[in-house]
Amino acid sequence: MSVQAGILVAALAVGLAVALWRRRRDGRVREVTSSDTGARVMTATDLGTELGDRATLVQFSTEVCAVCPATRRILGSIAADTPGIVFTEIKAESAIDLVRRFDVRRSPTILILDTHGVERHRASGLVKDQDVRSALEALD
Amino acid sequence: MTSLTATEVRPVSVVDPRGLRVAATITTIVLAVVLLLSPHAVAAVLLAAQAIVFLIGATKGPAVSPYGILFRRFVRPRLGPPTHTEDQRPPQFAQAVGLVFAVVGLIGLLTGAAIVADVAVSFALIAALLNASIGFCLGCEMYVLLTRARARATGA
Repeated sequence: MSVQAGILVAALAVGLAVALWRRRRDGRVREVTSSDTGARVMTATDLGTELGDRATLVQFSTEVCAVCPATRRILGSIAADTPGIVFTEIKAESAIDLVRRFDVRRSPTILILDTHGVERHRASGLVKDQDVRSALEALD
Repeated sequence: MTSLTATEVRPVSVVDPRGLRVAATITTIVLAVVLLLSPHAVAAVLLAAQAIVFLIGATKGPAVSPYGILFRRFVRPRLGPPTHTEDQRPPQFAQAVGLVFAVVGLIGLLTGAAIVADVAVSFALIAALLNASIGFCLGCEMYVLLTRARARATGA
């Protein structure tokens, strides 16, 4: 194989590896332990709305986010049919302070807060309905 | 929402994401050929052409870049209307990033710095490949980080 063909193969391999890594991480709901971050708390004042009795689903969105509408629908319907769960969406552009506090780097970023507003799970990208519900059950 | 056909004028600010994927696929192939033919003069010519495509996409938007036009004329008529559209600004920004890599690569080729050229073209190739395969949009991914950086710069 020529040197250039070898370089091409290496670039394609890196591309493939990154694609697989991103596909795995996208939408995965990860538990947040307070040793990662020092427990991050969102208050009703931060949100502009009351926290849910059981949990609050927070979605950070931007104007230019292709999967934000679909994520919003999924989270909204979970909140609508599960008692004690509140869903709220935050526009990242107008909430830089919260974006920094919660180290939001992409959109959508989804936070699952417990009844005290403590961040317990997070995900970025399009989440699956079932993964969010499982994380909510793990909270109780 | 009316269905979008190749002949209707569509709002400039949204694009058919399938057109973006097709453009990314063509870009991936072009950059792969550049990498294979490097440092032959043909590679430089091809890379210069790709840089011009990036430039048009970055300044005028991906819909009217050459690959976007190819999509609209030859592929789009065979497809139904898009299930959703995307804001064109992040892909437009991604084209600007591609342009920077292409120009660096071109300078590398023209000055005999083959490693510089290989690295720059490889980066652009990987970005295009990610976009074509999983719709990974460099502009979208960087948008939040850029918004944070801009806020920091303006003292927000």
